Amino acid sequence: MLEYSEKVLKEFMNPKNMGKLEQADGIGKVGNPVCGDVMWIYIKVEDDVIVDVKFQTFGCVAAIATSSKVTELVKGKRIEEALKITNKVVAEALDGLPPVKLHCSLLAEQGIKAAIEDYLERKKIG
Amino acid sequence: MREIYLDYNATTPVDPGVVESMMPYLSEYFHNPSSLYTGSLRVRTNIESAREKVAALINSRPEEIIFTGGGSEADNMAIKGIAFSKADKGKHIITSSIEHHAVLHTCKFLEKMGYEVTYLPVDKYGFVDPDELKKSIRKDTILVSVMFANNEIGTIEPIKELAQIAHEHEVLFHTDAVQAVGKIPVDVEELEIDLLSMSAHKFYGPKGVGALYMRKGVKLTPLIHGGSQEKNRRAGTENVAGIIGMGKAAEIAIEEMQEEERKIKPLRDKLEEGILSRIPEVIVNGHPKKRLYNTLNVSIKFIEGESMLALLDAKGISASSGSACTSSSLEPSHVLLAIGIPHEIAHGSLRFSLGKYNTKEDIDTVLEVLPDIVERLRRLSPYWSHG
Repeated sequence: MLEYSEKVLKEFMNPKNMGKLEQADGIGKVGNPVCGDVMWIYIKVEDDVIVDVKFQTFGCVAAIATSSKVTELVKGKRIEEALKITNKVVAEALDGLPPVKLHCSLLAEQGIKAAIEDYLERKKIG
Repeated sequence: MREIYLDYNATTPVDPGVVESMMPYLSEYFHNPSSLYTGSLRVRTNIESAREKVAALINSRPEEIIFTGGGSEADNMAIKGIAFSKADKGKHIITSSIEHHAVLHTCKFLEKMGYEVTYLPVDKYGFVDPDELKKSIRKDTILVSVMFANNEIGTIEPIKELAQIAHEHEVLFHTDAVQAVGKIPVDVEELEIDLLSMSAHKFYGPKGVGALYMRKGVKLTPLIHGGSQEKNRRAGTENVAGIIGMGKAAEIAIEEMQEEERKIKPLRDKLEEGILSRIPEVIVNGHPKKRLYNTLNVSIKFIEGESMLALLDAKGISASSGSACTSSSLEPSHVLLAIGIPHEIAHGSLRFSLGKYNTKEDIDTVLEVLPDIVERLRRLSPYWSHG
């Protein structure tokens, strides 16, 4: 096993906000199954605030831990604040990741951004 | 929590009898076997006795055994040694696409030095096709190297047939038999093998010691130059305790091999049947029959291997995976890709390799714990829609 921080392992063993969000206002699908990491992030938005968020992830310990952590970080946040959450913030909230796993935190950042973009796109059309 | 160890293809615990045999050579029998006093003679004699035991394990002559620093060194010595010594005859080597990295990376290195290497494809079970080998042999081919049994999926190659094809064309045949020796009968005479690599720690011996069998008359360029140890074929003061331990492990293997198969195979089969009946969407990799009796490799669809390993580890179960996420590369196992498993399914593979200290209770525990782990990860997976 790679040497993960205690926080990564704890988050992985007890992930928060997992599953599918019915009637989501935005969905971000990032990653590639060929590479072994796929993250789907669902958000529900009211008055520009992310009131609910859930994730589904196919991937390793780090992918699942960062998915869970990023959903915790954005829940209750305004959209413009959520957009400021970088991969570094996610990794630091987990006391860091092994270097080969840093791309997982990038995926988490991209997942949230993709979900917000989807929401904004839908809002424009609607 | 008691560990349930199911990674015997990675390494085995050292047999207590082996430990006991080694201890004197780490204390009172410390002498350099190349010296001239009584203490040295004793060490030298016992190294030769270990050599006889290792030779007996594969039915070779003792003088055909060269002790090395492990299986990887034996592979390097065989392939580079033949490549260097036969460079004037040709620079073409044939191997398979599912070899251990000790062979594959050695071949890649030789390619950089101007050698040409053909990597034979394998079928869905992992078999090399003898006809493919026939077609690949050229006038300048100097070596064929195909592994005896695959470390990840356990498939046992048609070694005798491949060796005979090589010999029909006057080409030497090497096999990396690291996973086979000590587990199943290996007879270099009957199988017509010219060079064979083995490793002590795969059959309850210590780490850091292995051997290369080299048929009498075969010549190669040594990798390590220095003193005249191992008849000028591998310099350096002998790893005495390691060699003694390897000899003892060989002796035990000869005695216990049949009994081990009788004990381990039913446990492996129980694990395989149990997984297939309890977990949907699982593929068993490797040939159903022509496979090491201790090895089970499964691909569990829609989830990833490292996550499974972490949850198994939390329950005290040690196994391994072909997922890219368990290594520093981004590619999953080259063996699984070579047998045609798609990337996303290869990422979800688990290897259980059993050994002589496993019990029925170990298997029961895995069968109790694994379905829940799979269910839990599948509930998280965007690709699992059966829940």
